[in-house]
Amino acid sequence: MANLEIRDLTQSFPRDDGSTLTVLDQVSFDVKDTEFVCILGASGCGKTTLLRMIAGLDTAESGTIVLDGEKITGTDPKVGFVFQEYSLFPWRTVIDNIAFGLEMRGVSKEDRYLVAEWYLDLINLTQFKDSYPSELSGGMRQRVAVARALTLDPVLLLMDEPFGALDAQTRNMLQKELLQIWQKTKKMIIFITHSVDEAVYLADRIIVMTPRPGRICRNFEISLPRPRDRTSVEFAQVRRDVLDLINQNCSIQ
Amino acid sequence: MVRRAGKDFKDWRLGAVAILLALGIWQFVAAVIIRYPFILPAPTDVFSAFLSLLQTGDLFLDIEASLIHFAIGLGLALLVGIPIGIIMGWSRRIESLMDPLIELLRPIPPLAWIPFAIIWFGLTSFSAGFIIFAGAVFPIIINTYSGFRGVPRVFVEAGKMLGCTKDRDLIRYIAFPAALPAVASGIRIATGVGWMCLVAAELFGVSNYGLGQKLWFYYSLHQMDSVVVYMILLGMIGLAFDMIFRYYVERHFLKWRTGEVA
Repeated sequence: MANLEIRDLTQSFPRDDGSTLTVLDQVSFDVKDTEFVCILGASGCGKTTLLRMIAGLDTAESGTIVLDGEKITGTDPKVGFVFQEYSLFPWRTVIDNIAFGLEMRGVSKEDRYLVAEWYLDLINLTQFKDSYPSELSGGMRQRVAVARALTLDPVLLLMDEPFGALDAQTRNMLQKELLQIWQKTKKMIIFITHSVDEAVYLADRIIVMTPRPGRICRNFEISLPRPRDRTSVEFAQVRRDVLDLINQNCSIQ
Repeated sequence: MVRRAGKDFKDWRLGAVAILLALGIWQFVAAVIIRYPFILPAPTDVFSAFLSLLQTGDLFLDIEASLIHFAIGLGLALLVGIPIGIIMGWSRRIESLMDPLIELLRPIPPLAWIPFAIIWFGLTSFSAGFIIFAGAVFPIIINTYSGFRGVPRVFVEAGKMLGCTKDRDLIRYIAFPAALPAVASGIRIATGVGWMCLVAAELFGVSNYGLGQKLWFYYSLHQMDSVVVYMILLGMIGLAFDMIFRYYVERHFLKWRTGEVA
C-alpha cells in the first residue's frame, strides 16, 4: 500500500530588498494509501510550492519527501499532476492528449488508444475523442487533464486548484465526478484549494496552512459519510467547525 | 455563416472592379496620354508580349530556373535557421552566445552579400541561392527562437509529469508543436523576403534563365512590355506562395488553433 512521508520541508526565496522570504517552514505530514487530502490555505501560504516539490518539479532547500520508500528527486510517473491553468496540449486531440504519457513510454498506438478510451469513458467524454482542446469548455478540459494524469496509473495524484477557474455549478459537478473517479481508480490524492466548502465536500482529511512562513496549522479528519450533501445540517456544521478553528488558530499574522 | 459568405462574395466583386478600373486607367494613360511604350507600355502591349513569350516557351524555363534558385536559398535557410532558432530558444546560454552575433549580421542587407556570393560560389545557381538565403534565414531564426521562448511553462511541466523528460523529447513533442505557429509565420515572412531578393540575385548573370535575369535582359533590349510581363509573373508567384501558406499550411497543420488567441 502506498505511503507518502514529508519531513521538515523548508524553502525560501531571496527578496528584492536582500532579505529572504520563507515560503515553507518545517512542513511535515504523512498521507496513506488511498486517502483524499485537501490542503487548504490562503494564497501565498506556499501550498502550490509544496505541491510542486512533491511532484518533483521544484527542489526543496531542506527536508525530504519519500513516496513508497523512494525519495523524490525529480518528476516520476508514479506521481500525476493536474495543473491549475489549462495545460492540455492544444495541438493534440483529446485522445492524443490522454494517450501522451503512454506514447512517451513507447506503447503502440493501438494499445495506448485502448487505455485512453477507457479513461475517456471514465470522464464521460467519449464523443469528444477527436476534438481539439480549444473546442472544449473549461470544465471538460480539466476532466481531460485528470484523465491524462491517470493513464500512467500513478500512485499519487496531485491537483493544484484544478477547478479554481470554473463557475460554481460546473465546479460542484466536477467535484462529484472526481470523487467517483477516485472511488473507481483508488488513488492517493492531494488536492489544493482555498475553498472550505470544496475541502469539506471532497476530503478525508484537511490540512490547513498559514502563510509567511508557510506552516501547517491544523489537521481535520472529515468523517462525514459519502456522498456528502452540501445542504445538509451536518455538512454545514462541519464547515462551521472548520471555519471557526481556522479563525481561532490559523489567522494570518 | 450565410451572411458571411454573402459578404465575402461582395468583397470579391468589389476587388475585381478595382482591378478592372486600374487596368482601364492604365490603358487610357498609356495609349491615349503618353503614347510611348518605352515609358509606359499599355496592358494590351503587355498581353501581346506575354503571348509571344509564351510561344517561345522560355517563360517556363525562366520560372523553373527561378524556382531552383529560390528552393536552394529557402531550403538552406530552413536547414540552418530552424535548428539555430530552436537551440537559441531552448538554452539561455546558447542564446547569450549567439544573439549578439546574429544581431550584428542581421541588419546587413542581403544584396550587400552579392560580391561575396560571386567570389565564393561563382556565377552559379548557388550564388543566387546564397543571396536569397541571406534574406530568408533571419526571419526564420528570429521567429523560431521567439516561438520557443513563448512556449508556456505549464506545457513543458505537464510533459515532464507524463514521462517526457529528455531535452530532445521535450523539444520534439512539446516545444516544437507549441512553437509551430510562430515558426510557420517566420517561414512565411522568409518566403516573402527571399522572393524579393530573387530579382537582384539573378541580375548579375548567374544563369541564362530566370524571372529576374529576363527582367534585366529585356530592360537592356528596351522591351518594356516584356519587362512588365516578368514583373507581373514575379508578383503572381509571390502571391501564390503566400496563398499556399494562408490556405493550405494554416488549415492543415495549424487547425488546432481555431478558437485559440492567435
